[in-house]
Amino acid sequence: MSATVIILFLAIVLLTLVITFFAAKRTQTAGDFYTAGGGLTGMQNGLAIAGDYLSAASFLGIAGAIALFGFDGFFYSIGFLIAYLVVLFLVAEPLRNLGKYTLADMINSRFDARKVRGAAALNTITISTFYMIAQLVGAGALIQLLFGIKYWMAVLIVGVMMTIYVLFGGMIATSWVQIVKAVLLMAGMVIMTFLVLLKFNFNIGQMFTDVKSVTAHGEAYLMPGLQYTEPLGTISLMLALVLGTAGLPHILMRFFTVRDAKTARSSVVIATWVIGIFYVLTLFLGFGAAAFVGHDTIIAANPGGNMAAPLLAQAVGGDILFAFISAVAFATILAVVAGLVLSGASAFAHDLYGQIIKKGNVTEREQVKAARYASLAVSVLSIVLALFAQYLNVAFLVSLAFCIAASANLPVILYTVYWKRFNTAGAVTAMLAGLLSALILVSISPSVFSPVEGAALFVGEPIFPLTNPALVSVPLGFLGGYLGTLLSKEKDIKRYAEVKVKANTGYKSSGVSH
Amino acid sequence: MGAEKEYKQEPAKEIDYVQVTKSRAFKKLMHDRKKFIVPLTIFFLIFYFLLPVLTSYTTFLNTPVIGDISWVWLFALAQFIMTWVLCTIYVKKAAVFDKQADEIIREMEEGGEKR
Repeated sequence: MSATVIILFLAIVLLTLVITFFAAKRTQTAGDFYTAGGGLTGMQNGLAIAGDYLSAASFLGIAGAIALFGFDGFFYSIGFLIAYLVVLFLVAEPLRNLGKYTLADMINSRFDARKVRGAAALNTITISTFYMIAQLVGAGALIQLLFGIKYWMAVLIVGVMMTIYVLFGGMIATSWVQIVKAVLLMAGMVIMTFLVLLKFNFNIGQMFTDVKSVTAHGEAYLMPGLQYTEPLGTISLMLALVLGTAGLPHILMRFFTVRDAKTARSSVVIATWVIGIFYVLTLFLGFGAAAFVGHDTIIAANPGGNMAAPLLAQAVGGDILFAFISAVAFATILAVVAGLVLSGASAFAHDLYGQIIKKGNVTEREQVKAARYASLAVSVLSIVLALFAQYLNVAFLVSLAFCIAASANLPVILYTVYWKRFNTAGAVTAMLAGLLSALILVSISPSVFSPVEGAALFVGEPIFPLTNPALVSVPLGFLGGYLGTLLSKEKDIKRYAEVKVKANTGYKSSGVSH
Repeated sequence: MGAEKEYKQEPAKEIDYVQVTKSRAFKKLMHDRKKFIVPLTIFFLIFYFLLPVLTSYTTFLNTPVIGDISWVWLFALAQFIMTWVLCTIYVKKAAVFDKQADEIIREMEEGGEKR
């Protein structure tokens, strides 16, 4: 580990601690803690969404996947981006207009039922846990590689940092860590892309021709089919990617940090531009790594290809760029896990404790206290889980989180806003049908059972053929909500009229949250 | 206390939301939104899924167009451009919806126009 790496690493730690220090002074109320007081601008929140979303899996995983598998690696980039159209067109504005701190608040604006809130909190906790374990395991492996320290030490460093941000600085610190990370990450991407293009003399056609000749795959590298050979499996994965984002609790939570639906909209637009540019650039990183680092070197450093981007930095920019990109990767991880802690904590402290157990009878001070305890508990729990999960496949955990989000959260969100007949029973069955079908199908899928020893958790024939079950579990989530609604006679036209007016006009929503 | 009570704070005068949903302005907003959002959502979902469907079941996207760059890369690029274009169109259109919504809120606060 070189001196430059250590200095940049410490600079990031210091910068984020300074942010947390100032944020802590401004965190007085539950609103400050969960939503930064709802006072972020569209630009700030847009960058924070990008910072919350672009995980190490995106930065390192996709660059590596493109470097190793060519076009097939790029599928993720496309799915992760177009997901924002679903968010923008269908979810962001009604969510902001109806909710306060959590997704459960939004659904409960239509149904005052504890079981609905409980189910929504359960979904948030499940999704955030899978996502969190994926991030921490990935972070541990990465930092272990970058800095040459032990896995448990790496997980502990990241874990302690995220706990500090959220515990003391709440959403204000988390948002600013995410904003800083987004800026650093984009700067790193642009610099690397520039250096890669420089090597190809800014001739993109030449880049394609060169890359084809340097990889062992030859022609096939530039065509789809190197990694995804099963048509239904590919389509199912793409479905989970495009619908999952609109159900990810830590992303949805970011829409409560702005004043109104208009600002929520402008933040999605900013995020979509930043994220889109980012994913276009992953192509240059992937191709650059394939050309200037080489397949064998990438595989030798990490079989999943996760080291492609840092190795490329070394190849095109020397030790300094390597140190910078490593530091950026570290910041990337911190920003994402902090967002996850916050969303998990909000489900425990606000939904389960504040609204269900205490039935809303909690003072502002008690709310903040509960939120802090919950953050600490969520952090400790995830660190412990991550320590035991070292050998789980990170990509599998992330795609599972997207699948559960798409199956368990998206149907209930859409029904709540757009379906007049929808009722309490339907809300519960939609959430549980999506959650259970996703979990059960994954547990009997090739991700868990493989005839080849060591390829999955257990040895055996998978009962369900798709690695990612979204193609079946998302329709089941919608079907569950539909049948549950029809089987119950309950119907509240008045309440839906209120929800419809508020969701579509933003009436009263700005006065509601603070 | 927390969220729920604050949330239900209504203005002194009770608003008849069912009446609002029946007002001409609100009906027009819902109609306009639907006419805009539904076709475009269907369009971008089809455009998106066309990519994995075509790459999984056909090979014609593998034909090179410019040098070694084949149709599949251009289609992928088109996905990005589509996203940005739809984003921009949405923002423009949403500004119109905002005006309609403000008008509806104004009417609600004034006690509502009767039809």
